[in-house]
Amino acid sequence: MAEFLVAHGDALLFYLFGGIAVLGALMVVGLRNPMYGAIALLSCFLAVAALFLLRHAEFVAAVQVFVYGGGIMVLFLFVIMLVNLHRLRERRIFLGQWPIAAVMAVLFVAMLGVAALGQGAPAAAVEPGRLVAVGGEAVGNSQAVAWMLYRDYLLPFEIASLFLLVAMIGAVVLGRRR
Amino acid sequence: MLQLTTTHYLILSAILFSIGLTGILVRRNMITVLMSIELVLNAVNLNFIAFSYELSNLTGQVFAVFTITVAAGEAAVGLGILIALFRLRDTTDLDSARELEG
Repeated sequence: MAEFLVAHGDALLFYLFGGIAVLGALMVVGLRNPMYGAIALLSCFLAVAALFLLRHAEFVAAVQVFVYGGGIMVLFLFVIMLVNLHRLRERRIFLGQWPIAAVMAVLFVAMLGVAALGQGAPAAAVEPGRLVAVGGEAVGNSQAVAWMLYRDYLLPFEIASLFLLVAMIGAVVLGRRR
Repeated sequence: MLQLTTTHYLILSAILFSIGLTGILVRRNMITVLMSIELVLNAVNLNFIAFSYELSNLTGQVFAVFTITVAAGEAAVGLGILIALFRLRDTTDLDSARELEG
């Protein structure tokens, strides 16, 4: 039993957190009350962060928890509470074409699944050590990502900060009462 | 089945992407549509991370960080539009936003 868990623990954790993520996503789309949907979305985000951890992306997992689980989720909850939920009692929550959309979604998953399963073995062996190393020296995932972000992707990084400034100003202007 | 591979991640990502896309297409409440967009972006990030590991290349993780940045900006602007729509129409039903229809 212990050997089995050591050998296949990552796959079992993948199925656990993947199941949570899919369930959360289904609840986001299916539940009538957006408040419950937001909580389901939070569980989905956290499960995806755990899936990042399984793939040696510790820094991105932390960012996922901070930005998605913290920032974006608070934003959503605030807005849901700002708009009066009692007036949101719609007769139907889905548009009329939802059966077609559901069938197409299933077919889309089947298509992508066939494409993914049809792949052969990976071209090269996975070297997880390279995800935590700077210049061959093992340092840690955050440092390795920072090294790449500030050295190779400095311009996109600055553009991203500019983008955030523009988005912030836009959100303020849109939300202003006139 | 019990050996965790990139294929697992690809299929999970496809499932999450399709659920999010379906939510965007079929829901009438704009809040839920915005949440579905976040689901789609999350599925994309899952692919980035999976291939980053598969190829032992950190670029995927860097781009996942950029995707999260874009998602944050998109949520802020989208929710701003939602508030504006709510002030204008007193509802978050997307069917009520037909000013641009002409």
